[in-house]
Amino acid sequence: MFKSEIIELNMGPQHPSTHGVLRLKLKLDGETIVDLDPEIGYLHRGVEKLAENFTYLQALNLTDRLDYVAAVSNNLGYIETLEKLGGVEVPRKAKYFRTLMTELGRLSSHLLWLATHALDIGAMTVFLYAFREREFILDMFEMVTGGRLLTTTFRYGGLKEDIPEGFERLVRDFIKIFPDRMADYEALLTKNRIWMKRTKQVGVISAEDAISLGLSGPVVRGSGVRFDVRKAEPYEAYGELDWDMAVQDGCDTYARYLVRLEEMRQSLRIVEQALDGMPEGEFRAKVPKVLKLPKGEVYHTIEAPKGELGYYLISDGKGTGPYRLKVRGPSFVNLQGLKPMVKGHMVADVVAVIGTLDVVLGEVDR
Amino acid sequence: MDFTMINIVIPTVKILIVFAVILLSVLVMTYAERKVIAFMQVRLGPMRVGPWGLLQPIADALKLFSKEDIIPTMADKLVYFLAPTLAIVPAFLTFLVVPFGDQTTFFGLLKHPTSMAISDFNIGLLYILAISSVGIYGILLGGWSSNSKYPLLGALRSAAQIVSYEVPLTLALVGPILLANTLSMKGIVEAQAKGMWFIVPQFFGFLVYLACAVAETNRAPYDLPEAEQELVAGFHTEYSGMKFAFFYLAEYANMIVVSAIATVVFLGGWLPVPGLAFLHIPAIIWFALKVGFFLFIFLWLRATYPRYRYDQLMQIGWKFFIPVALINIFVTALLVL
Repeated sequence: MFKSEIIELNMGPQHPSTHGVLRLKLKLDGETIVDLDPEIGYLHRGVEKLAENFTYLQALNLTDRLDYVAAVSNNLGYIETLEKLGGVEVPRKAKYFRTLMTELGRLSSHLLWLATHALDIGAMTVFLYAFREREFILDMFEMVTGGRLLTTTFRYGGLKEDIPEGFERLVRDFIKIFPDRMADYEALLTKNRIWMKRTKQVGVISAEDAISLGLSGPVVRGSGVRFDVRKAEPYEAYGELDWDMAVQDGCDTYARYLVRLEEMRQSLRIVEQALDGMPEGEFRAKVPKVLKLPKGEVYHTIEAPKGELGYYLISDGKGTGPYRLKVRGPSFVNLQGLKPMVKGHMVADVVAVIGTLDVVLGEVDR
Repeated sequence: MDFTMINIVIPTVKILIVFAVILLSVLVMTYAERKVIAFMQVRLGPMRVGPWGLLQPIADALKLFSKEDIIPTMADKLVYFLAPTLAIVPAFLTFLVVPFGDQTTFFGLLKHPTSMAISDFNIGLLYILAISSVGIYGILLGGWSSNSKYPLLGALRSAAQIVSYEVPLTLALVGPILLANTLSMKGIVEAQAKGMWFIVPQFFGFLVYLACAVAETNRAPYDLPEAEQELVAGFHTEYSGMKFAFFYLAEYANMIVVSAIATVVFLGGWLPVPGLAFLHIPAIIWFALKVGFFLFIFLWLRATYPRYRYDQLMQIGWKFFIPVALINIFVTALLVL
């Protein structure tokens, strides 16, 4: 009786909730999504190629700009890759401090995720609450590194400088207030009927599908997969500290929300323990001024806030910089999950799923 | 001055006053919205224009006046031009029957007191419902004539939403009508003066009305037609300058209308709160306070709740609000009999 047509809708690259310059080509039947095609590359800067012309230290700057909301994790992954190839023993103090900083970075990244995810679904207040707490963490980063977003922290063999005075007090203050603030977010969202309606049974992906797509981080842990690089292959001080892996069986957006909230609580535990158990001693191993690495290839992964972050480094043994640096960005891989998750759902679910995948376009495009 | 002159002058003056008051309330409301939500979100809100940003609404209005009026090349020009007018005129027309108080002599200027509504005909409530339904055409045509995809989706959403929520909204008002035995706005308030406020016997009707009123005015958590995160700006994406301002004005005027209806029908209109009559607060202040209370609820909801999804919204509208409203009517009718 009626003629119906499929609308092709361009979502992005300039759209309020595609979190950067992601472009989605949606095919809509009314408001139901028939097909979807993510188009990436609007933020491509050629980071991997640039690294080949830089020294090892200079290339550290590039890693900041991958996942720019969790720069510390990127720095750590890169520095650890260099150390793995160079075979240097990092002092315990540096290990503890790196763990602490990385977990603060995870908190700040998850706070940004919570803020934008809630805003996408329409809960505007949570956005501002989460940004208020993120500010504390950025202040700490500023104290240690001088940068708030792009930290370029840690060095081959340890830290650049000793821990600044007054840092401990700042962290202690944060540890004191943060659980209450978490309770605020939970009061606004966790048992909120609308929030549950918008997130439960939305963006469902089974554990098998998640694994075969190569998804990682909170996205697979929300599907009941017990995998966290920090537990599987403990690096830095994670093996010595007492914390739990956050896993949920819901497979949906709500489960991933719970996973990330639990991770924030666990991160706070790790931060507190690392601060309490901070060893005395050297903050940097004895390393040469100009870094030259032996000939070889190395692959190293860490658990970044978005998932498994890997660096593949080739050194030819002659130059002072990487011969080839390949980055396995968790956001890039996690974005593969978008299509199976939203097909057949509605337009409003697209933004919820982009939010739950927590992609950062700086890392997707590199 | 002969008798006919008075009959023309008084309504004209009343219309002018009401018009000015609505425009002013909209200005105050935009400021209040920013400030109240800012305080709920631990921000300061506007602080730059004037003391505590008090002149912000005026700055906004000036900005909108001076903006370029863009008409998309592919737009249907006539309809595109008509849509904002269609949105705003019904919003203002509904104020025709709202009784702001009992009677007034304009501070002793008149010999015989006159009603504080511009007009009080005996089907006032029906008139409001009829006129406010016309407002949807503005949104629908605005979204359609822009000839762009996001506005079209926004307009579709809002058409579906307003049509579905008009039903339980009207049904929720039937209970009080049965109790008051009149459709006249003034009559409904007078019926409450004799007995109790209708919020007490009609509590469920009140809740249904409140929820549907939020949906009717496209406010959070039912603000799907202009869901920024999904549809950029919904039906008014392509509008700019004063045309955009008209949609904005209509939205706020509609909020005031539904709050005024709620005040009249459920909260006793201009009547003082029981037990506080000895304070001798003028009736119009009581009315303003009650309307302000409802407007505050609108803002409170917006700062608290996420947004519903399109299909879920339809579901609760048809499967929850309509049955509840019908049961409410049934029970009320039994009691009245």
